[in-house]
Amino acid sequence: MSETNGHGELPGDGPRPGTHGEPAEQGYPAAAAEAPAGPRRVIGTPPPAQARTLLGRDGPTAQAAPRELPADPSDLGKAKIAERIAATCFIIATLAGIGFIAAYIGLPVHSVDAVLRSNLALGTALSLAMLGLAFGATIWVRNLMPAVELTEPRKPLASAPADRAAFAETFEEGTDASQFVKRPLLRRTLIAATLPLVVAPVVLLRDMGPLPGTSLRHTVWRKGLRLIEDVSNMPIRPSDFSSPGGMITVIPEGYATDDDALAKAATIIIKLRPEELQHPTVLNWTVDGIVAYSKICTHVGCPVSLYEQTTHHILCPCHQSTFDAPRGAQVIFGPAARPLPQLPITTDADGYLVAQSDFHEPVGPSFWERG
Amino acid sequence: MSMTTKLVDGTGGWLDDRFRGAKGFRTAFRKIFPDHWTFLLGEIALYSFIILLLTGTFLTFWFQPSMTGVVYHGSYKALDGVRMSQAYASTLGISFDVRGGLLMRQIHHWAADLFLAAILAHMLRIFFTGAYRKPREVNWLIGITMLTLGLLEGLFGYSLPDDLLSGAGLRILEGVIQSIPVVGTYLAFFLFGGAFPGHDIIPRLYILHVLLIPGLLLALITAHLFIMWHQKHTQMPGKGRTDQNVIGAPFYPYFMAKTGAFFFFTFAAVALASTFAQINPVWLYGPYTPVAMSAGSQPDFYMGWLEGALRVMVPWEWNVFGHTFSFNVFIPGLLPLGAIFTGLALWPFLEAWITGDKREHHVNDRPRNAPTRTAIGLAGITFVGVLLLEGANDLIAEHLDISLYTTTRIAQVAVFAAPVIAYIVTKRICLGLQRKDQHLLEHGVETGIIRQLPSGEFIEVTRPVSENAHAVLTSRSQLPTLPSPDSADENGIPAPASRGALGKVRARLHTVLTESVELTTGNGHGGAGGGNGHGGNGHGQASGDGEPAHAAVPTGGPRGAASGDAGTSSSSGSAAHDGPGHDGPGEQADS
Amino acid sequence: MRWITARRRHPAAGYAVVLLMLVAIGMGYAAVTGTGSPASASAPAGTSQRQIADGQSLFNKNCSSCHGLEAQGVSNIAPGLIGVGAAAVDFQVSTGRMPAKGPAAENGRKPVSLNAAQTHAIAAYIASLAGGPAIPAPAQVSTSGASVAVGQQLFIANCAQCHNFVGAGGALTNGKYAPALTQATPTQIYEAMLTGPEAMPVFNDTTITPQNKRDIIAYVTQTRSSTNPGGFSLGRIGPVTEGLVAFLGLLFFMVLAAMWITAKHGKTEAHE
Repeated sequence: MSETNGHGELPGDGPRPGTHGEPAEQGYPAAAAEAPAGPRRVIGTPPPAQARTLLGRDGPTAQAAPRELPADPSDLGKAKIAERIAATCFIIATLAGIGFIAAYIGLPVHSVDAVLRSNLALGTALSLAMLGLAFGATIWVRNLMPAVELTEPRKPLASAPADRAAFAETFEEGTDASQFVKRPLLRRTLIAATLPLVVAPVVLLRDMGPLPGTSLRHTVWRKGLRLIEDVSNMPIRPSDFSSPGGMITVIPEGYATDDDALAKAATIIIKLRPEELQHPTVLNWTVDGIVAYSKICTHVGCPVSLYEQTTHHILCPCHQSTFDAPRGAQVIFGPAARPLPQLPITTDADGYLVAQSDFHEPVGPSFWERG
Repeated sequence: MSMTTKLVDGTGGWLDDRFRGAKGFRTAFRKIFPDHWTFLLGEIALYSFIILLLTGTFLTFWFQPSMTGVVYHGSYKALDGVRMSQAYASTLGISFDVRGGLLMRQIHHWAADLFLAAILAHMLRIFFTGAYRKPREVNWLIGITMLTLGLLEGLFGYSLPDDLLSGAGLRILEGVIQSIPVVGTYLAFFLFGGAFPGHDIIPRLYILHVLLIPGLLLALITAHLFIMWHQKHTQMPGKGRTDQNVIGAPFYPYFMAKTGAFFFFTFAAVALASTFAQINPVWLYGPYTPVAMSAGSQPDFYMGWLEGALRVMVPWEWNVFGHTFSFNVFIPGLLPLGAIFTGLALWPFLEAWITGDKREHHVNDRPRNAPTRTAIGLAGITFVGVLLLEGANDLIAEHLDISLYTTTRIAQVAVFAAPVIAYIVTKRICLGLQRKDQHLLEHGVETGIIRQLPSGEFIEVTRPVSENAHAVLTSRSQLPTLPSPDSADENGIPAPASRGALGKVRARLHTVLTESVELTTGNGHGGAGGGNGHGGNGHGQASGDGEPAHAAVPTGGPRGAASGDAGTSSSSGSAAHDGPGHDGPGEQADS
Repeated sequence: MRWITARRRHPAAGYAVVLLMLVAIGMGYAAVTGTGSPASASAPAGTSQRQIADGQSLFNKNCSSCHGLEAQGVSNIAPGLIGVGAAAVDFQVSTGRMPAKGPAAENGRKPVSLNAAQTHAIAAYIASLAGGPAIPAPAQVSTSGASVAVGQQLFIANCAQCHNFVGAGGALTNGKYAPALTQATPTQIYEAMLTGPEAMPVFNDTTITPQNKRDIIAYVTQTRSSTNPGGFSLGRIGPVTEGLVAFLGLLFFMVLAAMWITAKHGKTEAHE
């Protein structure tokens, strides 16, 4: 290995002259000539050590092996300009960095407009700092570092056959010495011992959640539970909701802050003219043309509530399944396969809308056990 | 210089005394990295990841992954008094009450978008240039794994603020999981800790997002880079570039400086975006509620094609024996994802099996030179692209004034038809480009100079392509040209690999996959030495090395025109690039 | 086929292909865009007999060709306006939707063709036919004392599914759309909720109380003018524009940087 030569000979002289690593060892002749012509000397793939004597031309140290990399770019005048530009970039980056700290200290937040100012100042400073560094470094590497193009040979990735054979031998010896193959009892019991431990972590995950049971089949709606308006939480009389073309989201009274309940129980009520309601809408489950449907899409569960009062279509804003409100919310377009379940409603003694019962089928997306 | 010496002898010596690193580091510092802009696409992803780690850590100092309800009374007055989860409230806090918090949030999100965009671009570059071929199949698989993890990481990450938009995403995720036959309901209940939404999903996604997946990504990135380093980077075709070498600039200082600069560019890009382009303004979306949804809800772009798949599907559901098969959900939810990722993972092995090509490849293909592969890639992109557009079909309908249903109906046809069209068109274009290359090789470059022959005939003078261009144009001679598996030996016995049904399929696929315009290399320029030899007639362009290079002038090429082009010379093939008499060290290296 | 083969190398072939594709795309787009069904409309209330008389003559001139001389409507062309009220007329005319240019899936906002006095006259005339919701007084649409936070929740619950979180609008079926709320005045927002123009559901005063309506108006008007602390809003429509910026902005910028960094420099590429 030639690097030993290089190491010993030239203490402290120039940047690591003549130390050739493996890549150098088997230079491809064809590739060697690819050396750059830009800088004065053509310096290709490093030759083996003996080439030094032939090539030690006017390098900085005559006795040294040739440099692979020129010490200076070919055009020093241009390099000087580039140096100034790059340095300017770095100075800009420095100032921007200082500006970032200043903006952090000087600009408060706690309101939308203050955050806008703070974000603009901090972001601009950070961007400038990064851009300064990026441009400076790029100009540096492109215009100050001498242009080179070197070639390194690739060795085949596969090991030599002898090495492989040696490894196989070593492996076999080790296997024999371990007795792993020779003693099946030991081997099999060891494997058996690992099996439960492989399964155990999976078992451990069991308590991630309860079993579904029949929970997907029910919602909190039950007989006599009032329909209240979402957000304002007001119960509704049919006379309050008398304008044809009306649509409003309702939730079960008492569950306004229970997201788990609402995720299944959210419902929309739509006011139609009674004569518009048609099969398969269950008319006994409506009040004065007010019909209640689950708001949870039967596709993948988005809240459907995009209601067109002219066409009476209910559209899901996620995947555009379209349901026909007067006809039992049957699907007329889109990926949903089932109509929205209808909630049976009536009025209670005080004249408010209440549920007659829970939904008669599971709401929301399909699931395996749904049937 | 003395400073350098001191550093090397002092600190370096101290370290070397303990680790014996001089030789290894010397080799590493002289490691050659080929240059091509597409080789930096992966670096964008790498640096985005670093930025994500830095900004993500910052965000964790304030973010509270809790679904406990609180009533907000913070700086954002428009939501004063609104009930929300702690996760959402703390996100508002980061945005409005932590100095630099909004900037870091936005950098984190933009970097995540850039991370996945760069991974996609990087992967496509690898695919179209065939850089996944032997010996790089393992790194390809690692890359596919990282893309999958990246998608999950992004999905989980943007779900954390618990805003209305991302909450809808989780609701859809729950619906898709529930649709899986047999186990779906249980999986959904285990993931969400019970019925949707429960109180567990945000904390669970949080720990996956900040610990498990980044840890896996970090490990895989390390392996990815180590393998790349060990196998050496591929190179683009060019003069002197072969499967046995790598041409470029050394790691130290060139690659180091370039990659450092590129890190700053990446950071600058996301910082600029975060300064001037607002991303994911969760305060406008409001806290999650299972009761409401907004028009125009889309996931981030890398999940958009799956959203599109859900939208484009027809309502197909079976109920048999008391069980529900929701084909309308689990087919679009799982099939495109599975098909694309499985296809990507298997492709290198499938291609090698079909072509029978077991050689190492280190020089990249030009996409045109593998027409079928390129066409398949474009078909895949088209498929995903149609789904992605369909994922935004409501916005397209609104802004381009097209009926919503029409967009879906078009997508339902296009998702099948467009990839086929893309395949055919791409293949035709590739073959056409190959013919153009062939034409260039045969007739050279048109110079625009008209000359009258003694016979009175006018001809346009052409000159041979440059040496580098010649190397590029002929690079596909390195493509597998193994005998087709359906060839028979001298006794008429078919090759073993082409026997049986599988063999016939393989033979058929081989024909399709290796379809290319036949390439005749070498002669054709100006009657200079034919073949691949060093018969060329390069110009001794003053190249600074004082070497009188090859001096022959192409017969048909006026010197002026030819020398206007840098490096006009037609030495070709891999033989001596190095002219005789050149004092290139190559000769000595042989001895 | 042979004819094409003979000309595929023609210098103009490339342009011809591009041109053909553009024409095809244009025709395809024309085929799918702007399909529509007849318009629908509605109308408001006034005071003096004089105003009503003016309104009637304005109605006859501007509206009756579609809605009929008695405002009874013409089937498949325009709805009857009996009982729609002054609020509906004011909304339709003051947003420029009416008088409509012609049948469309939906009549969008356009420059108004009748001034406020004329609009109020027609509204008074229509209201005189059969009453209906009146034009809200300025106090009814005032946002002083209204709660933006309550408005936000009401808006998300009742409006966002069509008009989007921030009132950016959204697509409905068959070419209809929920308009963006960027220009709607408080009065128009109030009238829209009250009368349910086009496909919009009706939110009468007993379901969304007048106070709640003012909360919603406060939310809409404040949100649309609110500062975007993170920079340009990108239309505030979320991940779609963000994804476009990620690819066309960020990735493009990075590709340019990569090309610059790796571009050949100096004279390395010199020739042998």
